[in-house]
Amino acid sequence: MILGKIQVPATVKAGEAFEVRVLVQHPMETGFRRDLDGHAIPMHIVDKLSCTFAGREVFRAELGSGMSANPYIAFFATASRSGEIVVEWSDDQGDKGSARATVNVA
Amino acid sequence: MRPLVLLLSCAALQCAAEDIPSRPSPLKGGIEFQGEAIRAMQADAFGNPGMLWVDRGAALWKAPAGARKVSCASCHGADGSSMNGVAVRYPSYVASLGGVVDLEQRVNACVTGNQEARAFAWESQELLALTAFIASRSRGMPIVPDPSPDSDATYERGRSIYFQRQGQLNLACTNCHDASWGKRLLSEPISQGHPADWPAYRLEWQAMGSLERRLRACYLGVRAEMPAYGSPDLVALEVYLARRASGVVSNPPGVRR
Repeated sequence: MILGKIQVPATVKAGEAFEVRVLVQHPMETGFRRDLDGHAIPMHIVDKLSCTFAGREVFRAELGSGMSANPYIAFFATASRSGEIVVEWSDDQGDKGSARATVNVA
Repeated sequence: MRPLVLLLSCAALQCAAEDIPSRPSPLKGGIEFQGEAIRAMQADAFGNPGMLWVDRGAALWKAPAGARKVSCASCHGADGSSMNGVAVRYPSYVASLGGVVDLEQRVNACVTGNQEARAFAWESQELLALTAFIASRSRGMPIVPDPSPDSDATYERGRSIYFQRQGQLNLACTNCHDASWGKRLLSEPISQGHPADWPAYRLEWQAMGSLERRLRACYLGVRAEMPAYGSPDLVALEVYLARRASGVVSNPPGVRR
C-alpha cells in the first residue's frame, strides 16, 4: 500500500473554489539513475492519480518521471453540497493507495 | 545601574565564549539560512514531506514486533507524549548501555533489548519513521545538551574532530560554520551547523535523512573519508554540536535544500 494524505478546508462555501491538497509517499525513481555499482535503477513511479467527489470524477493526473519524490499535488474544486472526496493513486508496479476527506458545505 | 548591567552581561558572554570556543553569535538554526519557500514548507504541518515519516512512525509505534510481541506503545504509552522533549536531549549518556548514544542508536537498543527484534538498518525507512515521530514530539523546544559528565570525554573527542582539518580540501568544520557562516558557497548559504530540526527531509536527497547522514554529506563535501554510520566519531561530533547549539530551537522534521 502506498501511503498518502488529503487535506480540504474544515468548511467551504457552496459554489466557491476551495483548495484540495494531496501528498503521497513514494520514491518516484526516474529510471535514469544508476547505483554505486553502475547498474541502472529501474523506473518506479506513481503514474496515475484520480479524485472523485460524491462518486463523480473531478480531477485526474498522469504523472511522469519528472515528478519529485513524495509528490505534492494541489488543485481547486467547487461543491454545491457536502460529500466525501476520495483520491486514489497507483504506481507502475500496480501498488495502490487512497485517502479520503469530508467536504462540509456551510 | 545600566552600565553595570551591561558590564555584567559582557562578562557573562565572555565566560560563555570561553566555555565553548568560537560559538557563533547570535545562534541561528539551520532553517534561518533557508529561503522563504523552504521555511514555509517546514512550517506547514500538511505539506512538510517529513510528516509522512512522522505518520508512518506513529503507526510503527503501536505495532507489536520481535520475539516478545511488544510495541513501543506497550511501555511508553500510545500517543507518544512520553517522548515530549526527549529528542532534543540526544545524544546522551545512557547508563544501562554504558555509553553515549544518539537517538537512532537509542531506538535500536530498545528494539533489540526490549522487543528482542532485529535492529533497524541505518537510514531504513522504519528507523527514520520512528526517529521522526519521536523527534516531532520535541517541536518548538530548545536543544538541551546532555549535562552528564559521563559524556565529557565524547564531547572532547567531537571538539577535536570539529577543529581538525581534513579531506582533499583540507577544511575543518570550524572553517565554514564558525568563520564563514552567513556567506555563500556557490548558491548555498553556509549555516552555523547546528543539529536542530533533524531528522530532516532534504530536497537534494529527495528523502528523509538522519543527522549522521547530513554529517557524512559534509565529509563528502570536503572530500574526506566518510565515517561509517554509528561510528564513535559521528556520535562524538553530534555531542559536540549539541552542546555548541544549546538553546537553539528545534522543529523536527525539518526541511532543507
